[in-house]
Amino acid sequence: MTDTPILQFVDVVKSFGAGVAEVYALRGVNLAVDPGEVIAVMGPSGCGKSTLLHLAGALETPSAGRVLVAGDDLAGLTLHQQAALRRRDVGYVFQRLNLVPSLTAVENVMLPLELDGVASRAARGVAIEAMHTVGLEQQLDRYPDDFSGGQQQRIAIARAIVGERRVLLADEPTGSLDTANADQVVELLATLPERFGTAVVLVTHEPRFASYADRIIFLRDGSIIDESSASDVPPSIEPLVGMLR
Amino acid sequence: MAVREGLLSLLSDGPRYGYQLKTQFEAATGGIWPLNVGQVYTTLDRLNRDGLVGELAAAAETETAQKSYELTAAGREALGAWWSTVPVDEPPPRDELMLKMLMAIDHGRDHALAVVTSHRTALLGLLQARRREARQQTAAGVTPPHDLLAAQLVHDALVVRAEADLRWLDLCESRLLASGQPDRTDGAASERSEPAGPTARPTPARRLTRKARR
Ligand SMILES: Nc1ncnc2c1ncn2[C@@H]1O[C@H](COP(=O)(O)OP(=O)(O)O)[C@@H](O)[C@H]1O
Ligand SMILES: [Mg+2]
Repeated sequence: MTDTPILQFVDVVKSFGAGVAEVYALRGVNLAVDPGEVIAVMGPSGCGKSTLLHLAGALETPSAGRVLVAGDDLAGLTLHQQAALRRRDVGYVFQRLNLVPSLTAVENVMLPLELDGVASRAARGVAIEAMHTVGLEQQLDRYPDDFSGGQQQRIAIARAIVGERRVLLADEPTGSLDTANADQVVELLATLPERFGTAVVLVTHEPRFASYADRIIFLRDGSIIDESSASDVPPSIEPLVGMLR
Repeated sequence: MAVREGLLSLLSDGPRYGYQLKTQFEAATGGIWPLNVGQVYTTLDRLNRDGLVGELAAAAETETAQKSYELTAAGREALGAWWSTVPVDEPPPRDELMLKMLMAIDHGRDHALAVVTSHRTALLGLLQARRREARQQTAAGVTPPHDLLAAQLVHDALVVRAEADLRWLDLCESRLLASGQPDRTDGAASERSEPAGPTARPTPARRLTRKARR
C-alpha cells in the first residue's frame, strides 16, 4: 500500500511516574494503520491497550517516540490543534459513559461539530446522517437513559464518526453489553471502513469480535509480541475440522 | 459416539439398507465423518450378532438381493441408554493443546509464554478467516454452501471450541505472568530478548490437530 498510514506509532514509549515508582505502559511500540483498516488490539489487563489509544487520540503524549495521524506528528500540534484533531479526525468510543445525559441523542452527536463552530442547523443535519448510519434515525430526540446499552454505544459511535473522521478508536466498546447488543455494535464498527473509509482500532478481549479485524495486534507488558493477519490463513474449514475428529 | 451408535440412531426411524445408512450417516454428521460402506456392514454384522439389529429378508418382488436392517427391542433399549448417558471428562481427555502447554511449562515461563503466543495467533487467524468468509458470503448475497443445520452446527462447534481454547490460553498467560517477575532489564524501552521458544510457526493443521476424544 502506498498511502500514508492514517495512524502511525514510531518507537513509542510511555511511562508514568518517576524513579523507582516509574511504570512502563508502552515499551517501544511500532505500528502503522492504513486508511480503512480494522485493527484489533488484544492482551492481558494492564498490558497498555488503553494507553495506546490515549496516545493515538492525543489524550496523552508519549514519553519517547512519535505518534502521527495522517503523517502529522501530534507533538508538533498546539493544544488547540490537538483538540481540533479530536473533534475532526479521530473519534473515540469508551466502554461506557460516552454520552452527556442531559442532551438528546442527536444533540450528543452534534456536540463535536458545534464545539468546532459548525452552525446548529448544519450540525443537526450532519448528525442526523450519522444517526442514520447507526440505525437510530427514528429516535433523535430521546435522552440517553431511554436507550438500551447497545443503542447508547451506537449513538457514541455516531458521535465518534460524525464529520467524516478518519480514525475511530474504540476501547472495549462492548465491555458492558450483552451478547446480542455487543454483536450489533461490532458489526456496525466493521462496516465503517467500506462505507466511509474510516480506520478502526478496536480494543477487545473477545476473540469473536477481534475476528472482524484485518489485523490483530497482541500486546504483552507494553510490547507488541505478535500479530495475526486475516490474509495469513487460507479461508478453509479443513484445519479446524481436524479438531472434531 | 461411534459408528455403532450412529447407525442405531438412524435405524430408530425405520428399516434401512446398508448404503442408505452410509449416506444418511454422512449427512447427519455435517460432512465431517465420511464412512465407507464396508465399515457400515461390519458394524451392522456386530450389531446383529449382539442382538441389537435384525436383518429383514429382501422383499420377494424385488430382484435386487439387498438386505435391509431394523432395530430390535434390545437395540432400542441400547439406543435409549446412549441418549441418556452424559459424557463426563473423567479422567480429563488427553487434549493436544493442554498437554503441549503442560510440557512447555517444564521448559520455563518464557518458553511457555511463547507457546501461548504462537497458538493464540494461529487460532485467531483461523477465526479471522472464517469471519471473512462469512462476511464475503453475506455481502455477495450468497447462501452459504453449508445451509444445512448439521453443517451450521459443526461450524458453530468449531468456532466456539477455538474460542474456548483461546480463553484457556488467556488463563495460561495470566497465571504464567503472575507466577514470577519477567527477567527484564529495567529502564526505558529496553529491547526484550525473545523468549527461547518456538520461532517457526507450525502449520494450522498441525497446530490444531486433536485426538479423538473417545
Ligand atoms: N495515568 C496513569 N498513571 C499511572 N499508571 C498508569 C496510568 N495509566 C496507565 N497506567 C499503567 O500503565 C499500564 C498500562 O495500563 P493500560 O494502558 O490502562 O492497560 P490496559 O488498557 O491494557 O488494561 C498499567 O500498568 C497501568 O497501571
Ligand atoms: Mg484498558
